[in-house]
Order: sequence, then C-alpha cells, then structure tokens
Amino acid sequence: MSEPVHYTPFHPRWHRKRVSVWWWLKKGSYALFVLRELTSVFVALLALLCLWQVRAVMQGPVAYVELLAWMRTPFFLGLNAVSLLFVLFHAVTWFNLAPKAMVVRVRGKRVPDWAVAGSNYLAWVVLSAAVAFLLMRA
Amino acid sequence: MSAATVTLEVARYRPEREASPCFEAYEVPLRNDWTVLDALNHIKDTADGSLSFRWSCRMGVCGSCGMKVNGEPKLTCGTFLSDCLPGPIRVEPLDYFPVIRDLVVDITDFMKKLRKVKPWIIRKQEKPTSQGEYLQTPDQLDAYKPFSMCINCLLCYSACPIYGLEPSFIGPAALALAQRYNQDSRDEGSAERLGIVSEHDGIWQCTFVGECSKVCPKNVDPAGAIQQYKLTVAARWFRSLLLPKGAH
Amino acid sequence: MTERFTPLLWAVFSAGGTIAALLFPVHVLLFGFAFPLGWIEPPSHEALRGLLAHPLTRLYLFTLISLPLFHWAHRFRYTLYDGLQLKHLTELIAVLCYGTALLGSAAAAYLLWTAT
Repeated sequence: MSEPVHYTPFHPRWHRKRVSVWWWLKKGSYALFVLRELTSVFVALLALLCLWQVRAVMQGPVAYVELLAWMRTPFFLGLNAVSLLFVLFHAVTWFNLAPKAMVVRVRGKRVPDWAVAGSNYLAWVVLSAAVAFLLMRA
Repeated sequence: MSAATVTLEVARYRPEREASPCFEAYEVPLRNDWTVLDALNHIKDTADGSLSFRWSCRMGVCGSCGMKVNGEPKLTCGTFLSDCLPGPIRVEPLDYFPVIRDLVVDITDFMKKLRKVKPWIIRKQEKPTSQGEYLQTPDQLDAYKPFSMCINCLLCYSACPIYGLEPSFIGPAALALAQRYNQDSRDEGSAERLGIVSEHDGIWQCTFVGECSKVCPKNVDPAGAIQQYKLTVAARWFRSLLLPKGAH
Repeated sequence: MTERFTPLLWAVFSAGGTIAALLFPVHVLLFGFAFPLGWIEPPSHEALRGLLAHPLTRLYLFTLISLPLFHWAHRFRYTLYDGLQLKHLTELIAVLCYGTALLGSAAAAYLLWTAT
C-alpha cells in the first residue's frame, strides 16, 4: 500500500460527548472563573451609578442631598455592598493575573510575578488614597 | 496474607458492540510504587487483554499517556495510585476529543492546528553552516524556554472549557508553541504567524480561564503565553495605526 | 465583523478592567457608604461643583465611566457566548453589549461636556 494515510475528521463510530450548558458547575475552579467574569456586570452597574451621581451633583444642592439619601436606603446599601464585594474580587484576580500577561524584563531578566502584582497593589493603595484625600479635603 | 488492593473504574468503549461508553471495575494490587499506568497494564495483562490505551516512555516526557484520573487530566505514568486514594479510581479518556476506543482518543484536530501555527524557525535567509551556529545568550533562551517544554500531551485541551465549547479554537498548546517560536531570537516569522492566530478562533477566543496552565505537567504556562500574545498583537495594532503604512 | 477591531476591543477591555480595579473600590466605599452614612463628612455641593468645573476632573470621570463600561461589554459578550452557549446570537450580543457601552459613554460625554 503506497497511498498516504488519510485521517477522517468525522467518523460515525467515534464517540463525542456533548458539552452541557452547566459545564461551569462541574469543577470549583470553573465556577470561580464564571464568578470572576460576572464581576463585569457589577462594574457596569457601578459605572452607571457614577453617571447618575454626576448628574445629581450637576442638578443642584437639593439633588445632591437627595442622592445621599438614596444611597442610605437599604436597596442601595445592599447593592453597593454586593458590588463592592464583586469589584474587590475583580481587583484581586486582575492584579494577581497581571504578571501573566505583562512580562517585564529588566536587564534581560524577567521581573518576578510577585513584584509585578505587588506594584499593582501598591498603585491601588496610592491612587485610592489620592482620590480619598482629594474628596475629603474639598 | 491478603495484599491491599484498589478498585479502578475504567471507561470502556467498544464501538463494534456498544453505542456509548460504559465503566468496568477492576481490582488491582495497591503497590506504593505503582502508577495508574502500571495498574492499566496489570489489567491488560491479567483481566482483559482488549483494554486499549496509549503509553510509551512511562516517565513523563513523551506525552502519550494523557487521561482523566478522578476527573482531572493527568499523565497516568506520573500519577501514583497511593495519591488517588481512597478508591475507586475513575479512569477516563481525555475530554473534548472523539473517543476511538476505550481510553484512546483521536488527536487529528490538534495535529492540524499545530501545523497551522508553523512551529518551526522561519527565517528570510538561512545562515550557511560555514558561518557557524546561531548564538543565543542565556537571557534570550529564557524568553522562550518554558514554552519549548511542551510534550503535546493535550491535557491542556482537555482542561480548556473554551476548546470544549468551540472545537475550532486553536487551543493552548498550539498557541504556546507559536509563541515559543515568536520569542526565539533566531526566528523571523512572527508576522507570518500573526494572521493565523489573530483569526476568530485564535488567541481572541481565549478568556483566560487558566485551567490549561494548572494541569500542564511541564509548567509550560500556555495561559501566560496566550495573554502575552494578546498584548503583543494589541501593541502591534496600535503601532500600525500610528505609523504610516508599510512601517513596522 | 468586529474581527479587525478585536485587538482594540481587548486593549479597551484591559484598560477598563484596570481602571475599575484601581479606582472603583475607593469610590464605592466613599460614595456608597462613608459619605451617605456620615462616617466621613461628605464634601459640600459647592466643593463638588468646583471640582467638576476643572476639565481634568471631567476627563477623569469620563474615563471612569466609559472604559469600565467597555470592559463589561467585552467580558459579558464572551460570558454569554461561552457560558450560555448562545452562539447563534453572536452578532446580536455584540451589538447589544458594545452598543450599550457606547450609549453610556455618549451620555457621560454629553453630561460632562455641558457641566459648568
């Protein structure tokens, strides 16, 4: 037989398992992954909340006081609490994964992962402090 | 004196007589230096000679013996029975590849994708042998060495949910190997590979689940390779936007 | 359809994710809890209007709103595609996600541009 071997991509007797829509519940790490991806929903919610807050401030002092009152309601306290948890989860997973994507080389040697992640955390603290300072000084 | 034994639940699939896979249980001696591969060979020697599975080097360098042990993709030659206790130990073929028979899967899809990414040194001009070898510093070797450790065992494909959901996805190992050559100082082919990996089923399908790097037995870190690739391609995209056409 | 722009979409997703990670926690802590509940004296309305008047503040706020919206759009699009296996709706999902982000960004831009 001098003919080249020919592989068939589909063979009727080979078994192919269908992937269930609940695939992400099969393993803990898959579920954590989906949770991480869902943090984006709360990121979007917070962005829209910020937009609403800016609008309230621009509408005048009465609207501003009303906004602060709205934020005190159980609904918004709850929403903000859940959003904060999700956004913190997003931040921690984001900073921990950053070294995988951003390979920094100093004098030919790769900067270790903990240093890249650490500088992200440092930036987080510094920027948060700066924002807080600016707003509290006002 | 009765020696300790452990039960192995092995997936069987004999297409000539059954429509879908089933499990068969076998009692195997629990020796503390035995791996799952040793247990499978024991079953084939003593219980059922028709049990089909792939293996070769039995020391974790050939990539043949990849299977799922208790739901996790593993090299059976490196998975000790004592680490899988208590039994029964479930042995199944790798996920997301069609099963030909028992524990043997068809890997043609991967072979096609591997070839597609051109995993070899591409140069405009080969250096003639008379001019000597290509020199590389240890730092230049460091840039791609982890990606070169891939043994094509396909555990990463079995762990990648994206590959399961989107069979046309090029996949972790192939993309890591493309990056291995992109990062090699001797290679000049990254532009050529760019078109292939930038397609819909290339790097952009990956959502950084990260399971591939977790199961890799050689610490290749394909997830890292793909994220680095995304960054490089994005940077290139912006550069081509800001620089006049034709410039790189 | 959006394949030519995937590198750009990914870059914006990354930028948005970084901004959300670095700055959203402090904003939620302050405007969601500390100021409304009085843990810290909230800034006066005049002070906030003063800050808003500055073009840098408006640029900061636009980035704070727009980029994370695009981060959500890109990530959520893939979550729907993979998680719920809605492959047959892939174009609709892309339009809905990026479209919403564009609308939100346009609203933010309009609002901040007209702020005096």
